[in-house]
Amino acid sequence: MTRCLTALCLILGLPAFAGGEIWVTNEKDDTISVIDIDSLEVTRTIPTGERPRGITFSHDYSRVYICASDSDTVQVMDPETGEILHDLPSGEDPEQFVLHPDDRHLWIANEDDAVTTVVDTESRTVIAQINVGIEPEGMAVNEAGSIVITTSETTNMAHWIDTATHEIIANTLVDSRPRHAEFVKDDTELWVSSEIGGTVTVFGTESQEERAKITFEIQGVHPDRIQPVGFEFTPDGKTAFVALGPANHVAVVNAETYEVEEYILTGRRVWHMAFSPDHAQLFTTNGVSGDVTVIDVASRKPLKSIKVGRFPWGAAMRPGAS
Amino acid sequence: MRLAISSVLLGLWAGSATALDLGVTWLHRAVPPPPVLSNLDPVPEDLGRAGAELGLRDNATTGQFLGHAYTLAESEVPEDGDILAVARDALAQSPFLIVDAPAADLLAIAGLPEAEGALIFNASAPETALRSGDCRANVLHTLPSRAMLADALMQGLASKRWTDLALVTGPRAGDHAWAEAMKASAAKFRLRARGEAVWDEEADMRRNAAQEVPLFTQGFRDHDVLLVADEAHDFARYIAYNTWLPRPVAGSAGMMPAAWSRVVEQWGAAQLQSRFEDLAGRPMQDRDYAAWAAFRALGEAVTRTGSADPATLRSYMLGPDFELAGFKGSPLSFRPWNGQLRQPIPLVTDQAVVAVAPMEGFLHQGNELDTLGLDRPDSACTAFD
Repeated sequence: MTRCLTALCLILGLPAFAGGEIWVTNEKDDTISVIDIDSLEVTRTIPTGERPRGITFSHDYSRVYICASDSDTVQVMDPETGEILHDLPSGEDPEQFVLHPDDRHLWIANEDDAVTTVVDTESRTVIAQINVGIEPEGMAVNEAGSIVITTSETTNMAHWIDTATHEIIANTLVDSRPRHAEFVKDDTELWVSSEIGGTVTVFGTESQEERAKITFEIQGVHPDRIQPVGFEFTPDGKTAFVALGPANHVAVVNAETYEVEEYILTGRRVWHMAFSPDHAQLFTTNGVSGDVTVIDVASRKPLKSIKVGRFPWGAAMRPGAS
Repeated sequence: MRLAISSVLLGLWAGSATALDLGVTWLHRAVPPPPVLSNLDPVPEDLGRAGAELGLRDNATTGQFLGHAYTLAESEVPEDGDILAVARDALAQSPFLIVDAPAADLLAIAGLPEAEGALIFNASAPETALRSGDCRANVLHTLPSRAMLADALMQGLASKRWTDLALVTGPRAGDHAWAEAMKASAAKFRLRARGEAVWDEEADMRRNAAQEVPLFTQGFRDHDVLLVADEAHDFARYIAYNTWLPRPVAGSAGMMPAAWSRVVEQWGAAQLQSRFEDLAGRPMQDRDYAAWAAFRALGEAVTRTGSADPATLRSYMLGPDFELAGFKGSPLSFRPWNGQLRQPIPLVTDQAVVAVAPMEGFLHQGNELDTLGLDRPDSACTAFD
């Protein structure tokens, strides 16, 4: 999910896809709900390991990787059949991960262990483990593949890791409980959301200095309930959609001025998001209400709620046949 | 793209030299818990201390990236020991204390000449007066007061429209203080008293609760909820399902307000719970949470200010920028008028969280967490002015 930008680059270079699917991990059902984008209905429910959270596809969409947090493994699934091909060693309690642009190495946040684990998906071995702060969660990699970010929720930092040496080269403080990170604008900016702080911090990647801090305000919603978690960018990099957790809204942020343009109502405790292949629709996982909100990107209006399993968390797009 | 890494950064992060050292003493008076009827829930030997130890670990992990080192000294004083002598020694080492001791000890320590300018955390005394007329400028409170707990419970009952309350109070001083807090809060939220009685039975409730409790509760006028004030968890557990009328129990059994409980698992709390279990081999309790929150609050202030000076840290903690992620769904902060840590209060049973106060609809002009306990106009504290 966090690598959708890379995925997009691939898709955009190909003829338009018809349809496609959104894959949603249901944290408390140990399943994946597969939503058909044309019919906006759940067409398959696939069993997984315990407490599935992070989900991402290989670049050719022939495999899907799933963090089965309580099974202490990353599962590799054939998306056609839904069969588990094999498990990858992942370190304890893998929560979220990012697939390196080399399509081979998974960088995994081990929430209970305060480490980031690097796994080679081909040799199925752990290449490295890097000590990070407490409760690592958000994972990002730049397009160049040279830097990986791990955010740690209790240490309140973004750790900048050199992918060649596996060494931490910088630690930047953010507001409380950072959850999600993305490199954007050709790797020139890093965005980090802080759930309890209620902010998104924008860093310039050259200097690792804070460039902006985005705050949110929704009439009738207590500021403490505005808890930014997942976010996604439009392909032009000009607009960001930021999920605000128990505020039950997604904020539409102008990525050039860092100003919020609009708030879109979703289901309860909105977590993560994925676009349809044509970017006309955005699908949000809503943990507490157990559904997915479909947002029309052009009009910025919610179109539909789709019931999925209990506590939907991660979301990833799989294109249809071309 | 390559990132420029300045030598300054490398020097700062990669260096092993410690830029800052912060030592904290956890100071405990070992008061034996009163005898109780049930053997099911012994009071852990390391209650409170294990929370401070987890706070140390959490801070140290963060500190390693900033060149900040933390240490924890643990001092236990026996029931008849001289806690002031131990406190003086501790204050000679470090101005930071986390105190797990009765209110009288806390006040005596705070009043020591050596404690002037120190930063003391109250992690065990629930007395509301410590947040009011008995407040001290050098004491912050991470454990909720009885008033906060009572307000949380009454908001929960009021939002269910369970308005008519009967009350059974245990024989000990703490039970009476807890009962008074619940009565004051019930009046504040306009709930109705439908009778009260003091529990003075000598019986062993494990054998004959079925005979004793119906008679004892028969005299109350009709009520929605039976409140029980029993801080030591002695007899309250035997009340439910043995009452004359079929009514839910709340207070010290049934639905209970708690600073922390093993059943809290939302908002990332599952991670805190599992870190604590790994460390202590048992679930985290309220005094553990209060000690953890005290050390973490200090750590958060050190991280953000880069200082180990108690005055700097105190002023940051009491200021508007401080926030602690306390795994309860809202950021925690300190009330600048009395040094109390603002916090949501879960209402829990033994098996689940029923609700979390402040309940929806209980509004406040500043921070809804201030609908729990002593708001600025309610507190007689002037030491923070």
